[in-house]
Amino acid sequence: MSAHLETIGEIASGSGDRYKYGFVTDIESDTAPPGLSEDTVRFISAKKQEPKWLLEWRLKAYRRWQNMKQPDWGKLNIAPIDYQGATYYSAPKTAEGPKSLDEVDPEILKVYEKLGIPLGERAALAGVAVDAVFDSVSVATTFRSTLAAQGIIFCSFGEAVREHPELVQKYLGTVVPRGDNFFSTLNSAVFSDGSFAYIPPGVRCPMELSTYFRINQAKSGQFERTLLIADEGAYVSYLEGCTAPRRDENQLHAAVVELVALAGAEIKYSTVQNWYPGDANGAGGIYNFVTKRGICRGDGSKISWTQVETGSAITWKYPSCILEGDNSVGEFYSVAVTANHQQADTGTKMIHLGRNSKSTIISKGISAGHGQNTYRGAVKIMPGADGARNYTQCDSLLIGKTCGAHAIPYIDTRSPSARVEHEATASTISDEQLFYCLQRGLTPEESVSIIVNGFCKEVLKELPMEFAVEAQKLLVVSLEGSVG
Amino acid sequence: MTKLLEVENLHARIAGGRDILKGISLSVGAGEVHAIMGPNGAGKSTLSAVLAAKPGYDVTAGSISYGGADIADMAADERARKGIFLAFQYPVEIPGVNNTYFLRASVNAIRRERGEPDLDASQFLKLVKKKMSLLDIKDDLLKRAVNVGFSGGEKKRNEIFQMAMLEPKLAILDETDSGLDIDALRAVSDGVNKLRDPNRAIVMITHYQRLLDYIEPDFVHVLANGRIVASGDKSFARELEKTGYAHLERAA
Ligand SMILES: Nc1ncnc2c1ncn2[C@@H]1O[C@H](COP(=O)(O)OP(=O)(O)OP(=O)(O)O)[C@@H](O)[C@H]1O
Ligand SMILES: [Mg+2]
Repeated sequence: MSAHLETIGEIASGSGDRYKYGFVTDIESDTAPPGLSEDTVRFISAKKQEPKWLLEWRLKAYRRWQNMKQPDWGKLNIAPIDYQGATYYSAPKTAEGPKSLDEVDPEILKVYEKLGIPLGERAALAGVAVDAVFDSVSVATTFRSTLAAQGIIFCSFGEAVREHPELVQKYLGTVVPRGDNFFSTLNSAVFSDGSFAYIPPGVRCPMELSTYFRINQAKSGQFERTLLIADEGAYVSYLEGCTAPRRDENQLHAAVVELVALAGAEIKYSTVQNWYPGDANGAGGIYNFVTKRGICRGDGSKISWTQVETGSAITWKYPSCILEGDNSVGEFYSVAVTANHQQADTGTKMIHLGRNSKSTIISKGISAGHGQNTYRGAVKIMPGADGARNYTQCDSLLIGKTCGAHAIPYIDTRSPSARVEHEATASTISDEQLFYCLQRGLTPEESVSIIVNGFCKEVLKELPMEFAVEAQKLLVVSLEGSVG
Repeated sequence: MTKLLEVENLHARIAGGRDILKGISLSVGAGEVHAIMGPNGAGKSTLSAVLAAKPGYDVTAGSISYGGADIADMAADERARKGIFLAFQYPVEIPGVNNTYFLRASVNAIRRERGEPDLDASQFLKLVKKKMSLLDIKDDLLKRAVNVGFSGGEKKRNEIFQMAMLEPKLAILDETDSGLDIDALRAVSDGVNKLRDPNRAIVMITHYQRLLDYIEPDFVHVLANGRIVASGDKSFARELEKTGYAHLERAA
């Protein structure tokens, strides 16, 4: 087992509060005054020394956002968000500009170590390059030179804007348009940092790329923007992890992720989301309102989303695929847990444009306590997408009597040769299963954990090995106290 | 000397219902094999559930002592770790959970209780190999999810394989012979015979004399209408073949 996992393991098995990442770090920050106006947008853009075109892009988004309304179609109960009360930019003082590892503030390195993500390349997870995003900025990216040797670009978004403006300009907003929806438009206006990766034609990225997001600052939102491009025939596997301190107020996280896969390319994008979920009574926690979308632009390209969503007070996201290329493939594997008062409205959209395009959706929802879990998914087969196929399987597991699970599939088929299959199940952990485990000597907690992990198996096996172990532990920790 | 298991005047019911067990007394010593027979619905599976502390059952009178101590307050998982094993009449499926993984979790839970260190993957596999040779079990079953898609007979074999791995002090086999073909019955019986041990007691619930031809019991009991209405040695089972249960039920 790697160092990373042992640390996570220790954190996860520690006693006391079930959220182990809730500590706050006292670091001097450069913070924008609270509030949102054109000046805020200009402030952020200036801080990041952005070119004029990007400032204009942001301002257009901001102006559009001002005329938009926060949507309310989710099956969610959202406390009013005070957009003027939040802070839209916060960066550790010492983190200005790109850094080599030995220049990074030791306090920040300690934070990541405590989270189980050592950034020093010698101590780091073998085979995983990490971009560490702390509040609004990327503080370090590891293994850059190893990757650069193969022509792979992996850096913070801000750096990509400075160093590779032609690539950013070519692809930014091509998958999630600047004014796509309320939260993504807000992101377009005020996004701070995030990760950028470009894999050149024919290159198989030799290690996992990963971004680790950490919200530290109080009252600040996090609005990162990630853009991944796999050029023709390239392959990349990318992971993101997230945590935040335990705080009484809700904090907004409105990220945008855009993926572009050209002909024959494959992108595998995995998320282990463990933002602070709020306390047992539903106070505090992150609002995780994220727009993630990928486009399979070329023939035979493939995008695969895997997500394990255990954290956040509210999760509202639909990682989607636009299957434009012929024979392109979209996949969505999801586990969403809602315990205590957590809410999730999550799923995917598969939009089939290309001939013989294929999509698979496997969604596992687990509800416990007062948790509310909604799967919402759309499968659209457009005219001309002859021979397109979709398979959807949507399973819910209910633990206890006060939680809820809902499935809302939308299917729209406009090609007569398309085939769409949908299966859904809802179950509880049966007394017979529990007794069987108990009778074999497992404690009630171990029994539930084994049954739950079995339920999620088809999704967990899609995660890279090391992260599958971490995700299993997270599932157990997030359901602690829900049974018995 | 106190017996391994002493059941006295046990009354029990499913929570909220009427008594199903109405005064069972039974004493089982280490090294002994007891057969329990009796009509459908008599309470045999209920007795095994209550001995294993299945949640949802209430003991309304009487006592169970195990290893010399009253275990009224001992939960199901602790009883299991202390060596009480139940081979289920209807083993349940646990989708997505690898059979070997499950068994290792179980073996290690029990080892921990005995103060022994966990077995790592390779030590565990060695033990699996050794125990597999006792029973004619396909290793294909070990790669699949617990009981999922197993045939009736495969499920029963898997139960006995678990028994072999867990080395219980008291094994209760609930109709392990039902649903087995002739060859499987022989293989499973051979396995159980190899697991007979001076330190282990076995209670087998069965409807068929045939099983008792393979596994010779020291005692045979008839459980009818929630009570043990008659007991004898192994020849008693042969008598029952001829006479049936009706006269015993009437007499009781
Ligand atoms: N969950 C339950 N709810 C209600 N009644 C039950 C339940 N389980 C068992 N019973 C009843 O308790 C009685 C005893 O059942 P039990 O399963 O112990 O019988 P058995 O002797 O094992 O029968 P068989 O030989 O058919 O396996 C039966 O009348 C049965 O219907
Ligand atoms: Mg029975």
